[in-house]
Amino acid sequence: MSTAVLVGHRLSKVYGELRVLDRVDFHVGQGEAVGVVGPNGAGKTTLLNVLTGVVAASEGTVRLDGRDITGMRPEKRCRHGIGRAFQIPRPFGGMTVLENVFVGASAGAGLRGNTAYERCIDVLTTCGLIDLANRRAVSLGLLHRKRLELARALATGPRVLLLDEIGAGLTEAEADQLVGLILRLRLLGIAVVWIEHLVPVLVQVVDRLVCMESGRVIADGPPDAVLRDPAVVDAYLGKAVVSA
Amino acid sequence: MAAFWSVKRSDTTSHVGSGALALAVVGLAVVPQVWNASVVQQLTTLLILVMLAAMWNALSGYAGLVSVGQQSFIGFGAYTTIFLTQQGVAPYLAVALAPLAAAGLAICLAPLVLRLRGGQFAVGTWVVAEAIALMVMLDHGLGGGTGVSLRGLNVLPSHIRRAYTYWLALAFVVLLLGLLFLLLRSRSGAALQAIRDDEHAAASVGVRTAPLKLAIYVLAGFGCGAAGALTLANTLFIQPRSIFGVHWSAFMIFMVLVGGLGTFEGPIVGAVVFFAIQNWFSDGGPWYLIGLGAVAVAFALFLPRGLWSVVSQGRQIQLLPVGYHLSRRPTP
Repeated sequence: MSTAVLVGHRLSKVYGELRVLDRVDFHVGQGEAVGVVGPNGAGKTTLLNVLTGVVAASEGTVRLDGRDITGMRPEKRCRHGIGRAFQIPRPFGGMTVLENVFVGASAGAGLRGNTAYERCIDVLTTCGLIDLANRRAVSLGLLHRKRLELARALATGPRVLLLDEIGAGLTEAEADQLVGLILRLRLLGIAVVWIEHLVPVLVQVVDRLVCMESGRVIADGPPDAVLRDPAVVDAYLGKAVVSA
Repeated sequence: MAAFWSVKRSDTTSHVGSGALALAVVGLAVVPQVWNASVVQQLTTLLILVMLAAMWNALSGYAGLVSVGQQSFIGFGAYTTIFLTQQGVAPYLAVALAPLAAAGLAICLAPLVLRLRGGQFAVGTWVVAEAIALMVMLDHGLGGGTGVSLRGLNVLPSHIRRAYTYWLALAFVVLLLGLLFLLLRSRSGAALQAIRDDEHAAASVGVRTAPLKLAIYVLAGFGCGAAGALTLANTLFIQPRSIFGVHWSAFMIFMVLVGGLGTFEGPIVGAVVFFAIQNWFSDGGPWYLIGLGAVAVAFALFLPRGLWSVVSQGRQIQLLPVGYHLSRRPTP
């Protein structure tokens, strides 16, 4: 296995009586793509929130390249190489597409002047947004908003990109385009953690699948093995899908 | 791919615009030599309104901090001027120093109010303003609730005094708009707007939210403190009920919404409109206020992006360029 970039060790998140995350061990290797599946309420988004620092873990540690970042604020984690795309796109609506990406390149990657502009142009080209660069983000449709979400995270120069259900709400053709885009990111050596309910889309991209239920990891391994795991079938997939 | 594209920050329109603004400042500087003292006093009021509109826009339009309590700093600037003159500081020096004290107040208040979000921030800032007003009213040394005069300026002939106050106001307008322009044009400008649009998403792409919000809050405190001190120098008498009044916030919101929230030029346009309405209709008593409210409602319904959006419609005109524009390089 390649060396781990991002490691969560025994991560828990407790709200009152409710254990949303229960001693989860999680890791993603350099350039590796990991899919995270599981029923609603399994703790998938909470896991991402704890990894990115939006939510503080009740216990456990998060390490990036071996360095403990558990107490770090989200903006600092980003500058150390953790990029994130939200489930519902959160564009900076009052700014143009270019300016959205520029924030990532300048604040996230610390680039200045022409270096920052070149990063923006590269990222916008990769994500197919270059022709929309001067449009206000608020005027974009869903697919383009999702691409902008990716572009903005990409501009920060991440070592690992955390994607939260970015396929939700897209048509099959649009989802395919998204897969093409993420495969290109993998070529750039960026590790990907992708939460997604669209399992057929996910398996085209990921090396490894993690299934969560009730705040725990119930399976972790190669996609086809995980999808055949009886516990996963029981908790998430249902029998019909597997026989199909 | 970068070879085909380039990012531009200014164009001919903005070069012309920046030049025109510089000329306008020169034109404004000679006003006291041309017009009589009452015009000069009126224009001082306009300059103060421009300052206030620009500062409220910096808070709300660029950082998403919708304040209903900037009168804290207006009142604090005015009363600091009174306090300093009581300690023997020359009046105009006191007016120039008071904004720094207001910036100090902003630094002290920031840990309290900047942790609040949205509506909480709006109400919280208002409560702070009322609390400061009450403390001033309880201080008899500062004239208590009945008000206090600025002494030391009436020794100057009135036309000289008005000219000095006007020039000081003009200097503050240039300073404040200049600082705001530099801040918005720097990398922090884009980061600030990102905070305005979505603070969590901004943090997720690496924006240091806390220091930027503090910077803009302190700048707005400084600017509103200057507006308060200059209001005192312009009228020579203040009462806590009026200098700490929430009507200031209403005026600021009005000017910025009418002119164009989140644009550099809009608040200046809004201040001119408000100044005109105030001069022509303020004799109308309650009808004036009803009219003002009706205009605000009409703008909110029919022109939510303000007058500047009509001027710049579709052409992205920026007299002072603070944005970024992608254009195709001409092929050789």
